[in-house]
Amino acid sequence: MNNALEIVGLKKTYKGGFEALKGIDLTVKQGDFFALLGPNGAGKSTTIGIITSLVNKTAGKVAVFGHDIDEELELAKSFIGLVPQEFNFNQFESLITILVNQAGYYGVERKLAHQRAEKYLKQLDLWDKRNNSARMLSGGMKRRLMIARALMHEPDVLILDEPTAGVDIELRRSMWDFLRKLNKQGITIILTTHYLEEAEMLCRNIAIIDNGIIVKHTDMKSLLATLDVETFILDLAMGGPKASLSGFCARQIDDHTLEVDVRKSQSINQVFTQLTDQGVFVQSMRNKSNRLEELFVHLTGGGASGNSDSGNTVSDNKTPSLAQGDN
Amino acid sequence: MSASVNRIALKSILYKEVHRFMRIWVQTLVPPAITISLYFVIFGTLIGARIGQMDGFDYMSYIVPGLIMMSVITNSYSNVASSFFSAKWQRNVEEMLVAPVPNWVIVAGYVGGGMTRGILVGLIVTLISLFFVDIQIHNIWVIMITVCLTSAVFALGGLINAIFANSFDDISIIPTFILTPLTYLGGVFYSISLLPEFWQGVSQLNPIVYMVNAFRYGFLGISDVSLTVAFGVIGIFIVSLFTIAMTLITKGIGLRS
Ligand SMILES: Nc1ncnc2c1ncn2[C@@H]1O[C@H](COP(=O)(O)OP(=O)(O)OP(=O)(O)O)[C@@H](O)[C@H]1O
Ligand SMILES: [Mg+2]
Repeated sequence: MNNALEIVGLKKTYKGGFEALKGIDLTVKQGDFFALLGPNGAGKSTTIGIITSLVNKTAGKVAVFGHDIDEELELAKSFIGLVPQEFNFNQFESLITILVNQAGYYGVERKLAHQRAEKYLKQLDLWDKRNNSARMLSGGMKRRLMIARALMHEPDVLILDEPTAGVDIELRRSMWDFLRKLNKQGITIILTTHYLEEAEMLCRNIAIIDNGIIVKHTDMKSLLATLDVETFILDLAMGGPKASLSGFCARQIDDHTLEVDVRKSQSINQVFTQLTDQGVFVQSMRNKSNRLEELFVHLTGGGASGNSDSGNTVSDNKTPSLAQGDN
Repeated sequence: MSASVNRIALKSILYKEVHRFMRIWVQTLVPPAITISLYFVIFGTLIGARIGQMDGFDYMSYIVPGLIMMSVITNSYSNVASSFFSAKWQRNVEEMLVAPVPNWVIVAGYVGGGMTRGILVGLIVTLISLFFVDIQIHNIWVIMITVCLTSAVFALGGLINAIFANSFDDISIIPTFILTPLTYLGGVFYSISLLPEFWQGVSQLNPIVYMVNAFRYGFLGISDVSLTVAFGVIGIFIVSLFTIAMTLITKGIGLRS
């Protein structure tokens, strides 16, 4: 089975010399629900632009279902449906016209295109507006129009660049349901987002991009597993004995600070019991909170450039192991 | 992609293009009709009567082919220039760029749309001119081939203009400073043979001279230049402009960053 998307060593330097992508590798399996997560200006839209041939790449390889965009561009394009970040339809055309024309560019006959337009406009709750010109739609409707447009040729992979930007919570949820349904039907879905909740709710695999570099490329489960762990910082009394914890991943930061990872399945009482037995006196305890958001900030906000905070290194794929024990 | 996919894509672009200028017909089809009527009233009825004959025809009959050609040129050009530029501006050109549409289909679709408007306006103008003169036809084939080829040349020109354009001003500069002067000096209103020899030579560098004369030949059977040369020149223009347009779109000039 081919991967839906395979990117190797992709680089982009824009005119004027700005290096937006510094050599990224990315693999998305067929049938996957994949998130590309990153802050503003990370290079998400640039990556998507290159995949959909709206941006010329500087170096690297991109293949869609095994078809290299340098060698079989048109074939590669025919697999993809794109929902871009910014509205890019003719504001003066009616919804139906926009959809039917778009289908035509992919070789879908008008009659069939009209049937599909009806189907998707109804599913996306835009059927009443079908004859309005697109500029009369609200922001959320425009976004749904672009989703309908991307589906007109029944693509195998749907790429959405921040589909829920500017969309209210209720609509966001119904959009999620819609995307889940599509994914169940076998369509590979790749979306970019700033919303961590969104990636967490929807996606099976994830890549985190920052400054044109992929800082993390893993499955959602192991990413969340790392988050299943809560880290506590214990301030120990000066001059006490050296602490040693079995069954916990702990790090002695200095002679009076201990960091302990506690899984949701473990009890913090255990930590205290052991420490008490060893005669280690805990003066105070802080929670080093460790939600995805934290991770994200850590990974992207200068995390790549040598953050001394060793406790939360996620550039390797390991989840903290119990055996790792003391040091 | 298969031939049928390309055929449907081409049809879609053509349909979209025709739909666009039909939807705004007040801006696209009515103005040339008004302009041409004014020309007929002023040059034909009022001034033409004093000019007398040109190459053995009364002035009105002499200028009709040139006037039709003038509308064909302007409309083919501006249709593609404004449509393609506004597609760039609103970014809906991306709808085509992400789809598996070969570049030649995009060029053919837009040029086809421009030609359709040029020829349709030509037809409207011809019908209006019937109110003012009796139109005679010397060779219908020459008329049809000339009008098609000429509209293709200027549709391609409009496309290239739009590819380079960064603002709406950029698509009115070429028509104002190049197209209009060339048309007025292209033998619409006079026979080149009236000019001093030097200016006759200069006029031969003006492609519009060949188009107007070939077209006039189709109606009146007279021409300042040989038909073979005229079609040769038009042919060279089509091939070169098509090549330029294809190269620009393939490189993504003004389209891809
Ligand atoms: N056409 C361009 N010319 C020059 N630089 C560009 C161009 N497009 C994007 N960039 C730069 O490339 C970087 C990456 O931009 P990109 O749009 O890919 O970010 P993004 O991850 O999609 O961000 P956002 O979440 O804000 O959409 C940014 O620093 C941006 O300024
Ligand atoms: Mg973006």
